[in-house]
Amino acid sequence: MKKVFLLLLIGIYSTGLFAQGYEVGDIATDFRLLNVDGNYVSMADYEDAKGIVLIFSCNHCPYVVAYEDRMIELHNTYAPKGFPVVAVNPNDSIAEPRDSYTKMIERAEEKNFPFDYLVDADQLIYPEYGATRTPHVYLLKKEGDQFRVAYIGAIDDNYRDASAVEEHFLANAIDALLAGEHPDPDYTRAIGCTIKVQD
Amino acid sequence: MKYIGTIIIMLAVFAGLNFFPVYASPVSAEDKEIEVMDFDTFSPRLEMDNDSVYVINFWATWCAPCVRELPAFEQLNETYSDRKVKVILVSLDNPDLIDDRVIPFMERMDLQSEVLLLDDPNSNRWIPLVSEEWSGAIPATVIYSAGHRSFHEREFEFDELEEIVLPLIQ
Repeated sequence: MKKVFLLLLIGIYSTGLFAQGYEVGDIATDFRLLNVDGNYVSMADYEDAKGIVLIFSCNHCPYVVAYEDRMIELHNTYAPKGFPVVAVNPNDSIAEPRDSYTKMIERAEEKNFPFDYLVDADQLIYPEYGATRTPHVYLLKKEGDQFRVAYIGAIDDNYRDASAVEEHFLANAIDALLAGEHPDPDYTRAIGCTIKVQD
Repeated sequence: MKYIGTIIIMLAVFAGLNFFPVYASPVSAEDKEIEVMDFDTFSPRLEMDNDSVYVINFWATWCAPCVRELPAFEQLNETYSDRKVKVILVSLDNPDLIDDRVIPFMERMDLQSEVLLLDDPNSNRWIPLVSEEWSGAIPATVIYSAGHRSFHEREFEFDELEEIVLPLIQ
């Protein structure tokens, strides 16, 4: 019996180590964050959405820049189907001045972002989700007034060349949800920029 | 005899104009090179079966915390150059930027550790092969030797690196 208890403890401890933030299947918390248009936005504001394509993003990271056009395209394809992109910048603007709110507004205007671009100014949301890098995608499926995590990971399998992509992980995951299925894979990884915090 | 002076002057002028490295001279200390490889070519370096300690750091020139910690890896490489410690700096920069960005960076930093560039865009495939613990954020470092393997998704200072590596040195 003692052994079982010990094993259980080890189990809890080791899952604790790896389960910082959400896993697929968890209910995601809503937030209220400042958008580049000056308004505060919550997921609950997307009343007609079937879900949210939440992407932790920023201005400065070359991997994000490589994906910006694809993020715009994803939004234009899937927002009308009920899955708008919502980008959230988790970086501290002192640690990374290129990711300041002012610079976010500039970037959103330059690229004419069709999606909301929010700032996690208090850096409270990204740790709750468990985001570690930009870009880092959390595909959320709306269930009543809750949002359940359906997919975590990368946008696709080739950051460098959109035309050479073999697997469109995120698009496939959204298509699966639209078809009433569970995404497969529901977890992928990609190289990205560390989220910047002050020392 | 008087020609020799002229020849020396001409040589100096040519060298100054950078003609010489192109034609003749052996690779000077300032000429950095970088080997580019895909993951399958790189992966044996993650599994070397010998008595060295391997410190493999994943970085990129655009990654500020990576650049900040590079001197710590260089110091480790230098401090233990006569011991069995092998530092490998794996750049994840875009290979299109090698000449314009990566090589000039290596020269400016005067990197002495082995540097290679991992060119394999499908990182979803190979990240878990480096470590199941790796989310994909950089900097990231694998440290291993016979009987030890650890993965670190974080920024290091020299003392912290040394603390891990020192007990592993044979």
